[in-house]
Amino acid sequence: MEGLINIFVRSVFIDNMVFAYFLGMCSYLAVSRTVSTANGLGIAVVFVLGITVPVNYLIENYFLSAGSMAWLGEGFAAVDLSFLSFIMFIAVIASMVQLVEMIVEKFAPTLHSSLGIFLPLIAVNCAILGGSLFMQEREYANIAEATSFGLGSGVGFYLAIVGIAAIREKIRYSNVPGPLRGLGITFIVTGLMGIAFMSFMGIKL
Amino acid sequence: MSKSEREPLFSAKNIKLLSTPLNDENPITVQVLGICSALAVTVMLEPAVVLAVAVVAVMGAANVIISLLRKTIPPRIRIIVQLVVIASLVILVDQVLKAFFYDVSRQLSVFVGLIITNCIIMGRLEAFALGNKTWPSFLDGVGNAAGYGWILIVVAFFRELLGSGTLWGYPVIETLGFYNLGYENNGFMILPPMALITVGIIIWVQRARNRKLIESN
Repeated sequence: MEGLINIFVRSVFIDNMVFAYFLGMCSYLAVSRTVSTANGLGIAVVFVLGITVPVNYLIENYFLSAGSMAWLGEGFAAVDLSFLSFIMFIAVIASMVQLVEMIVEKFAPTLHSSLGIFLPLIAVNCAILGGSLFMQEREYANIAEATSFGLGSGVGFYLAIVGIAAIREKIRYSNVPGPLRGLGITFIVTGLMGIAFMSFMGIKL
Repeated sequence: MSKSEREPLFSAKNIKLLSTPLNDENPITVQVLGICSALAVTVMLEPAVVLAVAVVAVMGAANVIISLLRKTIPPRIRIIVQLVVIASLVILVDQVLKAFFYDVSRQLSVFVGLIITNCIIMGRLEAFALGNKTWPSFLDGVGNAAGYGWILIVVAFFRELLGSGTLWGYPVIETLGFYNLGYENNGFMILPPMALITVGIIIWVQRARNRKLIESN
C-alpha cells in the first residue's frame, strides 16, 4: 500500500506530465482559456488514463513483451511482439475512449454532457499515449502499481491545466507587451509553474 | 494526378505551401500544434535534429499515403485509418533508429513513439491531405515538419550552448577559453521549464518582427 501511495504522489508532483515531460501540451494550451472547460478536460484525462494504463499493462505483460505469451503454451514462449506496442497501445486508447464515451453517455448523462467534446479529443492527447509508454519503460511490478501511476499522472495533468486556466483568466486584465500576448505569455507562465513544481524534486518518499 | 502534371512541380503556389509553415503559419509558434513531443528532446542538439528528421520523414510519407487514399477512406473511420498509417510509419522510423543510431534512440526514449500523437501530423492530415492532391500534400507535410524542426533545433542550440557549453557534443566554450575568464555554464538551461521559456522568447521575437501575428487578447 505504501508503495502505491508513493507512486501516486511521485507521478502527481515530481514526474508531472505537463511540467516535467511536456506531454499533453497541445490540449493544455488550447483548452485552458477558462477554468470550467479546463476542469472538464482534466476530469476526462484522469478518467481515461486511469483506464487505459492498466489495460495496456495487461496487454504488454500477457501478449507483447518477450516471452510473455508462455501461458499459451511452449510454442509461444519465444515470441517477442514488443515492436507492435505503439500500434496496439494507440488502438487500445482509441477504442477505450470510444467505449468509455458510450458507457458514460448511457449511465451518467450529466457527466457526459459536461465532458462533451473532450472525450473524443483525448484519443490524440499525447499524455494518454505517453502514460502507456512510460508504464512500459518503467516496468511496474503489478497492475495495482500501473493503475496508481495512471491515476496519478491524470491528477497531475488536472492540477496543471486548472492552474494555468485560472492564471490565464486573470492575465487578461494585465498589460502584457503586444508580441507576448496570448501564446507567448502562456509559455513563459508555464515555465515558471514548472520551476515551482521542481521544488518537489528533492522530496524522498 | 494528370491534371497536376500540367502545372510545373515547383510552381509559385507549391513553393508557398512549403514556405508559409516556416514563418507565417509555423506549426509551433502560430498554429500551436505538436508542442507535446517537441520540448523534452531539446537539451542536446543531436537528438533534436534526429527527431526533426524523423518527423519530416513520417509527415511527408503520411501525407502522401492519406492523400492517395483520400477517396476510399470512409469519413466515419478516418481517424482510426490515419492513426494506423501514422503508427506504422513511426514503427518503421523507430526500428531504423534502433538499428543504426542506438544511443540517440535511447535518449529519445518514448518520444519517438509520441510522434504518433503529435498533433501536427493529425492536424495536417485532417486539414490538408484529405482534400488535396498528392504532390501539394507532400509539400505541405514537409513544409510543416520543417517549420516544426527549425524551432526544435533553435531551442536545442541555445539550451546546449548555454546549459552545457557544447554544440553537438563539441566543447565550444572550453575551446574559446571563456572558462578562464570566469564564465560558468547556466545549469538552469538544462532543466525542463527553460525549454518553455525559450519557446516563449522565440515567439516574442518572431511576433515582434512579424506584427500581423500579434493576438488581440
